[in-house]
Amino acid sequence: MSFAVSAQLEARLDELTTHYPVKRSASLMFLHALQEEFGHISPEAVEWTARKLGLQPINVYELVTFYPMFRQERVGKTHVKVCRTLSCALAGSASIREHFCKKLGLDAHAHTPQTTPDGKFTVEFVECLAACGTAPVVLVNENLHEQVTTAKADAILAGGV
Amino acid sequence: MPEQYKLILKHADEPGYTPDLGCYLRHGGYEALKKAFATSPRALADGKSLSPQEVVRDDVKASGLRGRGGAGFSAGLKWSFVDRRSGKPIYLICNADESEPGTFKDRQIMHKDPHQLIEGMIISCWANDVKLAYIYIRGEMPHGAKLLEQALAEARNAGFLGKNILGTGYNLEIYVHRGAGAYICGEETGLIESLEGKRAYPRIKPPYFPAVLGLYMCPTIVNNVETLCHVKHIVTMGAGEYAKLGTPNNTGTRIVSLSGDVKQPGYYEIEVGKVTLGQLINDANFGGGLKPGRSLKAVIPGGSSSKVLKAGEVFKLNRKGADGQMTKVDVPMLDLPYDFDSLQAAGTMSGSSAIIVLDDSRSMVETLANLAEFYAHESCGQCTPCREGALWLAKGLHRLSHGEGRKADAEYLSHIAQNIQGRTICAFGEAAAWPVLSFIKKFKDEFEAQGAADEAAHAKGAGPSHELKLAASPNQH
Ligand SMILES: Cc1cc2nc3c(=O)[nH]c(=O)nc-3n(C[C@H](O)[C@H](O)[C@H](O)COP(=O)(O)O)c2cc1C
Ligand code: SF4
Ligand code: FES
Repeated sequence: MSFAVSAQLEARLDELTTHYPVKRSASLMFLHALQEEFGHISPEAVEWTARKLGLQPINVYELVTFYPMFRQERVGKTHVKVCRTLSCALAGSASIREHFCKKLGLDAHAHTPQTTPDGKFTVEFVECLAACGTAPVVLVNENLHEQVTTAKADAILAGGV
Repeated sequence: MPEQYKLILKHADEPGYTPDLGCYLRHGGYEALKKAFATSPRALADGKSLSPQEVVRDDVKASGLRGRGGAGFSAGLKWSFVDRRSGKPIYLICNADESEPGTFKDRQIMHKDPHQLIEGMIISCWANDVKLAYIYIRGEMPHGAKLLEQALAEARNAGFLGKNILGTGYNLEIYVHRGAGAYICGEETGLIESLEGKRAYPRIKPPYFPAVLGLYMCPTIVNNVETLCHVKHIVTMGAGEYAKLGTPNNTGTRIVSLSGDVKQPGYYEIEVGKVTLGQLINDANFGGGLKPGRSLKAVIPGGSSSKVLKAGEVFKLNRKGADGQMTKVDVPMLDLPYDFDSLQAAGTMSGSSAIIVLDDSRSMVETLANLAEFYAHESCGQCTPCREGALWLAKGLHRLSHGEGRKADAEYLSHIAQNIQGRTICAFGEAAAWPVLSFIKKFKDEFEAQGAADEAAHAKGAGPSHELKLAASPNQH
């Protein structure tokens, strides 16, 4: 897919830069918007952002590599982020992640995000999602699922999102 | 039996309460802002007088409000440090990064009552001559960000925000800025760097105190979501009435996030210091006690970075007797009033007011291994002791929790932690070291026994000496 920012998106981003006295501040918001649109941050997206904000590409690239939410590879349409941190671990999040992986034929022992070959699902561990009272929690794309059981996990997989 | 006292969360969970402006206005919304704008100047004994803005700043100080983000620093005092003579603009940032493990209170406010936060912010900005402010919300709360943006747009349309607010001539803009999954953005100078569009590398203090050299090297106020909400109630109630809530030096209410091994995990708003740790864990109004057949092993009292408390510990605390004299009294751990000062006196902190309860089924080694992995993942990497040390701690604990430990690991891990704390740019160093130091100090037998068992099993050529329960997790490094 070639990298082309629609006029509509560009207008939205231009408006964003007006929120800050220094354009560079809009970097993270640009990257969020571009990742939402294109699914990941490509080298073209980095260069485009740098050009728009009057920066060197390295200034943007170093953000993509620092902030865990930004990714340089494509991920599954349904992105399952299982909370790994203590309260969720106490409530069994490790077995929830394993369940997702097994159901999808992914390697439950791998360290990095796992994506199904058909590109439909990615499963990964993330750190505390600030919903520890309803552990274990799973963020699926933009939706938070709380008190997740294996049955709920199956429902998430069946529903796509 | 003590009960919740709902000031901030008064309406949030009422049936039919919605996050839109109409609902907020029906519940008395933005009346505090109008009251603040109508503040009269206050004459002082020395013949000088305080401007309306100074009066509100003074009231926030007099209310005793302490920051709800972690450090518990006086909000009024923090505001008084702001450099108002530099001629530079003053910025205000709401810290909505909420990422201290165990904490989920700001989420409730932002998702259920965003206008309360916005009203608190507008009053705080007005009182501090701020014309531009940001809400820095963690990236994993996309719905929260949208709700806040909607609420800001509503407030703008209704004349509470933007140019010439309510005809007072005061101009203010507030924008939402999203983080992107890094815990260190919660540290206020890391947050500022991040808001400048850079990596969230915390700045060294001195000289970079936000009140003087903050956002764009201008004076900047950084306050937590809950702290800013309290400002609204201080204006509504008056500083004196507000200060009657809670206990001396620990005024107001606080939302406690309770998770882990209790029957009823959740968020509970209490008058600070009026409820004990034990009541929060055991009372039917709060945690409802441990799960059937379980007993208490340990409590992490103020977010994952706070030092752990062991069941049965007793602390010597200063108490004022009937005669006004201070005496030392023995206070068992569960009888500690849940407030800033008592937990500090017990050698730990109320931090982000997140309590994580551990019962007797839990391995302290595995629990600590889980936390260490968090800190290894989240170190920003600027300081060698933190970057390397946090990783060593995680690796050492991974080894110990996966049957490859040694008896000497307990000493080794404490040694690493000691070499992190106090040697770093930001307080993350302490945050990573304190759990390790306190877990190993208070549960040394458990750590050493596990290491010794591993050594013995290894010598016999047997497999791991214990079964993994919690962290069947892959080590991420
Ligand atoms: C590693 C680290 C993480 C922090 N995370 C948060 C956070 O997520 N939210 C927050 O409000 N404060 C956090 N803080 C505290 C902030 O630096 C700052 O003290 C606080 O936002 C000030 O607001 P307050 O005075 O209203 O509490 C963190 C501090 C450190 C050292
Ligand atoms: S202490 Fe750790 S998190 Fe803080 S600045 Fe140093 S390396 Fe970064
Ligand atoms: S530990 Fe999972 S949401 Fe906090």
